[in-house]
Amino acid sequence: MSARVLVGVKRVIDYAVKIRVKPDRTGVVTDGVKHSMNPFCEIAVEEAVKLKEKKLVKEVVAVSCGPQQVQETIRTALAMGADRGIHVEVSGKDYETLGPLQVSKILAALAKKEQADLIILGKQAIDDDCNQTGQMTAALLDWPQGTFASELTFEADKLKVVREIDGGLETIMIKLPAVVTADLRLNTPRYATLPNIMKAKKKKIANVKPADLGVDVSSRLEVLKVDEPPQRQAGVKVETVEDLVGKLKEAGRI
Amino acid sequence: MFPACRFSLRARRCVGALKAIQAEHVTPQLYSTRSSSSTVPRITTHYTVYPRDKDPRWEGVEMERFADEADVVIVGGGPAGLSAAIRLKQLANQHEKELRVCVVEKASQIGAHTLSGACLEPTALSELIPDWKERGAPLNTPVTEDKFSILTEKYRIPVPILPGLPMNNHGNYLVRLGHFVRWLGEQAEELGVELYPGYAAAEVLFHEDGSVKGIATNDVGIAKDGSPKDVFERGMELHAKVTMFGEGCHGHLAKQLYKQFNLRENCEPQTYAIGLKELWVIDEKKWRPGRTEHSVGWPLNRNTYGGSFLYHLNEGEPLVALGFVVGLDYTNPYLSPFREFQRWKHHPSIMSTLEGGNRIAYGARALNEGGFQSIPKLTFPGGMLIGCSPGFMNVPKIKGTHTAMKSGMLAAENAFSKITDENLQSETAGLYIPEYEEAFKKSWIWKELYSVRNIRPSFHNYFGLYGGMVYTGIFYWIFRGKEPWTLKHIGLDSAQLKPAKDCTPIKYPKPDGKISFDLLSSVALSGTNHEHDQPPHLTLKDDSVPVAQNLAIYDGPEQRFCPAGVYEYVPLETSDGMRLQINAQNCVHCKTCDIKDPSQNINWVVPEGSGGPAYNGL
Repeated sequence: MSARVLVGVKRVIDYAVKIRVKPDRTGVVTDGVKHSMNPFCEIAVEEAVKLKEKKLVKEVVAVSCGPQQVQETIRTALAMGADRGIHVEVSGKDYETLGPLQVSKILAALAKKEQADLIILGKQAIDDDCNQTGQMTAALLDWPQGTFASELTFEADKLKVVREIDGGLETIMIKLPAVVTADLRLNTPRYATLPNIMKAKKKKIANVKPADLGVDVSSRLEVLKVDEPPQRQAGVKVETVEDLVGKLKEAGRI
Repeated sequence: MFPACRFSLRARRCVGALKAIQAEHVTPQLYSTRSSSSTVPRITTHYTVYPRDKDPRWEGVEMERFADEADVVIVGGGPAGLSAAIRLKQLANQHEKELRVCVVEKASQIGAHTLSGACLEPTALSELIPDWKERGAPLNTPVTEDKFSILTEKYRIPVPILPGLPMNNHGNYLVRLGHFVRWLGEQAEELGVELYPGYAAAEVLFHEDGSVKGIATNDVGIAKDGSPKDVFERGMELHAKVTMFGEGCHGHLAKQLYKQFNLRENCEPQTYAIGLKELWVIDEKKWRPGRTEHSVGWPLNRNTYGGSFLYHLNEGEPLVALGFVVGLDYTNPYLSPFREFQRWKHHPSIMSTLEGGNRIAYGARALNEGGFQSIPKLTFPGGMLIGCSPGFMNVPKIKGTHTAMKSGMLAAENAFSKITDENLQSETAGLYIPEYEEAFKKSWIWKELYSVRNIRPSFHNYFGLYGGMVYTGIFYWIFRGKEPWTLKHIGLDSAQLKPAKDCTPIKYPKPDGKISFDLLSSVALSGTNHEHDQPPHLTLKDDSVPVAQNLAIYDGPEQRFCPAGVYEYVPLETSDGMRLQINAQNCVHCKTCDIKDPSQNINWVVPEGSGGPAYNGL
């Protein structure tokens, strides 16, 4: 198989960290806060590396969009087994407004440039929970998509994807080239061990600007304000059912 | 050996197989331990207590490790470790020599496990990087006001800080040490130091002649019950000509090295305190950037060493760093340092600053207080100890960063000359560098620690705090610490607790959710987390001791001194009695349990790298 896989990885605030809204209410504090690779992206990288180990694909390329710091995330992907990385430089205001539409345009352009046969992404990012990039990328490329994948197998020149949907599991067959987004139960990601991190320092990460790919990263969305969720109000304890009915009537609920 | 062992082994295999099929939530199983005959719930599963070469689940697992060579390996990316790394590379560049320096750090990023007040004396920094200001070192808040007070329950008695007293802070800077360490890390990387955050040094490696060969990083992928997972991988070995250990206060590898090389035979045992800290964004009207406040007294009684700090930082927003320190030689097992801290915030003079503000960070760490009397031997074949690990904190000044940095620099300078000496005939495979210790004794750290050596021990008198303050006034302020005697400490902190029956429980007020808070919401703010499916890294030498001794005699002090709620005594599900539950995921790596456990049964070992708190500029 001479397939090339493109894996998108996103650098997000670590899931265990308590988020704080910036005093000017335009976003959350990110400076100095612990960041790590989006958990679903880790699963995507693991799946791509597994495919390479089974010799079903030839090369795994890790891509990330953002400022200088995303290079650490790409290095982690390289340490897990990706062959090379592409860093799409987006910084400052452009990075703050970077969303699924711009990223999918970038991925679509890269897929054509790198002649990728398969794109594997995480199903969603844990900071914005959009769940849109995979689907938009497939639409822009006019490729089939297998989203929420919990199992991925190659059958001749097609991909069998088992998807986790609301009703249970759905199995579909899609033709390559395709976009797949990884769900939680697809695999257990391996650790990026120190010898691999050291080796990853020697792997190449290419720098690209969105303009080079012909992509306009300006946003069509404007964030008006960001707030913490409202504080949970204390409840009221009642002694009897009559009290409960009375209080509900008072509040106009019944 | 005995038939019982064979049966329990088979039983364990069956249960192991059942566990693999069983769902995630497992109630603690009752096993017979090999050491005792009564059934005690199994708590510890770590391989340092149950070796893997005797464990049948590890048969056939590849245990070979990848090894790499460096010139110097430094354990710990804190002020001492990074200063040593920077100094080594500065010397290498100056003398045009190639030198491979690797720093391993258990935190996910440099600075994430750093916690300190902090009021930094820039002496060591100016020696290391004279143009620190141009390079953007985050020393943004020079001290403008210095206040010291004795608190009573309702009032505040100001104490004048005369020049010459150790707590005079003129010329110093209030810093967020985590950010300062992060900046040091950037300086180190620029010079070519290899930094590896997220990888913990778990084991010291030795040459055949007994000298230190280097370290091995932690294994990954071991399940909670101690068995290997699919993703199991061995750590990596880093070999070096000399290994510097800068693990901070009460490092776990240093603990092994003290025994291995008998480094503490001519010094007193180290004594410690626990420091708890919070960061608050306060009302702008109350903000006085550069103001430094310290207090002693309430809520501690005069025989419990401790005090508070409150620093107004100048970093954009109206930020204050405040915290509370309690000496770990306290005697009442009912004392909870966390709750003393929360209660102290309600003092009228403190509450007036915090009212209307918002808490944004929390953390805790042990600090060393032994000073001069507790300095161990600092060098041994193949290795050196730097920073708070051996312990160079100037206790009355409450500053240890400048001495830690200087010790790293001295270690680097003396190691460099030995490593690059082509004609060196070393007796041992790992280099032995006694010149570091000699240079240390001639340095200003030694002089400084010598002059304040009697202040902390002077608190052990009938008048406690007040006796200590009188002693400081006379012998330090007037005589500059030149008195010919050296007072002794009173022994190990863990031996100071009185049995619970001889002490009165302390009634702490309930947290109000605005100024004072409960433990669990505080722990959440530290951002701490660990991979949940790994053996608890708070290992017990004997699983039966917590209930039999700690709970029975001292009413379980670990449930009170742990600032992260790791230890809980909960009722047994199936019978009467209690068991110890260890919530290892909450751990903030403060090391207090390893220090204060009266049975010295708890041995803190390093968990999988990148676990632990996620402090941001604490």
